[in-house]
Amino acid sequence: MLTFQEKQIIEDAGPVGWVLEPAAKQLLAGRGLTIPRGVVTGSLDTARQFLVSVGGPVVIKAVSAHILHKTEHQAVVTGIVDPDILASQMTRLLSLDGCGQVLVEEMVSGIEVLVGAKNDPQFGPVVVLGLGGTSVEIFNDTAIRLAPVVALDVASMVSSLGAGPIFEGFRGRPGVNMAALTRMLTGFSHLVMDLEPFFESIDLNPVICSPDRCVAADARILLLPDRERLS
Amino acid sequence: MAVIGVSTSQDNHPANVIYNKNLLRYPVQTYAVNPKGGQLNREPLYKSVLEIDAPVDLAVIAVRANFVPDVVAQCIEKGVRGAVIISGGFAESGNQDLQNQVAAMAAAADFPFVGPNCLGIYAPEAVDTFFLPGERIIHPKKGNVGFVSQSGGVLVDQMVKFAGQGIGVSAAVSIGNKACIRETHLMDWFEQDMGTRVIAFYIEGFDCREGRAFIRRAQSCTKPIVVLKAGKSARGMSAAASHTASVAGDYRVFSEIMKQHCVAEADTEYELSAFCEALSCYPKGIAGNVGIVSLSGGHGVVAADACSLHGLTIPRIDPATIEAVRSRLSPEIQAIATLENPLDLTGSCVDADMLAAVRHLSRDRNVDCILALLLPYSPGISADIGARLSQVARNEGKPLIAYVPKEDKYKIIIEGFELNQIPVASSVEGAVLMAKALKRCRPC
Repeated sequence: MLTFQEKQIIEDAGPVGWVLEPAAKQLLAGRGLTIPRGVVTGSLDTARQFLVSVGGPVVIKAVSAHILHKTEHQAVVTGIVDPDILASQMTRLLSLDGCGQVLVEEMVSGIEVLVGAKNDPQFGPVVVLGLGGTSVEIFNDTAIRLAPVVALDVASMVSSLGAGPIFEGFRGRPGVNMAALTRMLTGFSHLVMDLEPFFESIDLNPVICSPDRCVAADARILLLPDRERLS
Repeated sequence: MAVIGVSTSQDNHPANVIYNKNLLRYPVQTYAVNPKGGQLNREPLYKSVLEIDAPVDLAVIAVRANFVPDVVAQCIEKGVRGAVIISGGFAESGNQDLQNQVAAMAAAADFPFVGPNCLGIYAPEAVDTFFLPGERIIHPKKGNVGFVSQSGGVLVDQMVKFAGQGIGVSAAVSIGNKACIRETHLMDWFEQDMGTRVIAFYIEGFDCREGRAFIRRAQSCTKPIVVLKAGKSARGMSAAASHTASVAGDYRVFSEIMKQHCVAEADTEYELSAFCEALSCYPKGIAGNVGIVSLSGGHGVVAADACSLHGLTIPRIDPATIEAVRSRLSPEIQAIATLENPLDLTGSCVDADMLAAVRHLSRDRNVDCILALLLPYSPGISADIGARLSQVARNEGKPLIAYVPKEDKYKIIIEGFELNQIPVASSVEGAVLMAKALKRCRPC
């Protein structure tokens, strides 16, 4: 069941047709999924303070109802450590269409993973797992399971991927914390069950996984047009 | 059984075909109904189902679509137990309202029906509502596969293939527009049916959320389920706004979910037959480690290649197994037989060598299924090999799948297996597909 707050987020996003990243991440965090530390702000000072408090590189993203695909609009800047660059880039983002605020977040490093969900007409919500980046779309190397999933499903999803060995740590490279990935996928699958009447598809792309944790670095929830919603 | 819509002038009207064949060839008391009344071939023609002075179990309705609601109302009034609605002209041609009307009437009266727009039910030696003249179709024998199809044409064609492979059906049902009885109901029915050991479905698509209901039902079904999906090619994929939507096309979702829930998806109609035959003998899945025994090295390699193509493993076998087999082989072949997997006992082997190899391979922990490639051309192989190997397999309790060339002169060997519930393929690849079936239905 969606909480009152969660329902509010969905209703507010209704006219736009999709849930903006900060609100989508709020939904995830509410279900115990890990998201990067961050702040949504229109103020340069707040952004600078955040950069100082993180003490490492940050990423800034435009928050705009008019920008669904951020990279296509150059609406994301990664790896910012210099306060002056932060200021100039933030000013540029704030001049983009419909952008009143930016999301400033800590940079997270690790293996990029796609976690997604689709509201399938025949089967209802399904969850999708794949290695992030090109392997997902070019090789279609993904595992799909009926939501909700249990821990055993997560293990079988990883082992069914061609990229499975990368999750386990390939040739000495660090792998993925399976317990964290399992928590993320199971928690996410319960969230998508609750969102069934409202969503069309969800991308957490990428989720960044390291031996310590799995962090949803991006989140986009596309909503069903009102007329297609299930009562 | 009442056949409603029998024509007084057209002998090849679907209703007439159904009426005649059940009247003449099946143990069913059959009544013909036509509002004109009178006689047909010296049998009475009833004006309505209400005029029949005996209880009616099944009404076969083959009247024009717009008359169907009235006919269904009469059946309900008469207390008919259920119907097969052959007639087309409903949702498939845009008349959803008419279909909904019939479905609502039937639901209110708790009156089950198959169809509309279908062939209905073929139950060997019991009833046949297919409107295809008996002399034109090839019927599979009575057997243990329950088959449910959204397409009548595919159903008939598959029955011909089953018959060719010696696979029998417990019943075959064409569900057409499935306005009332659907896949899940038939899964209920076939699960209860003592004569059914495997349930097969030909599926074109599910209605809204019906796939989820199917999976939920399949999860609790105690019998293996095989599906063949049509419409696999990507279609209706609009320029995807999200990565997930673009990678999770309709068919991939279907296929992955079937795999997740251990429903054995056959990739082709050829596989469907192999899967049904294998799973009707062995309802439990395997991990897919195949031991191969052959008396021709070439056949062993061909089978091993096919296994790896289909995702099966050819494991190394235990040295103790090799020793156990070697010590029991006839002296003539001890030095020339290859006892690595795939095992090649050579063309000089005799029945006892084959039995020893299968027996000890069955006891090897690394192997969970055995393929025996039998080439009866070899002089040391007797006509008893089928029955004798079957006995070994039953005693050892590991799935054995045989390949025997399908020729009349080897029938005694084939029957030696089949009468003992050991599946036999007519090609090496067919045998491998049977092992694949067992892997696909592996308990999660």
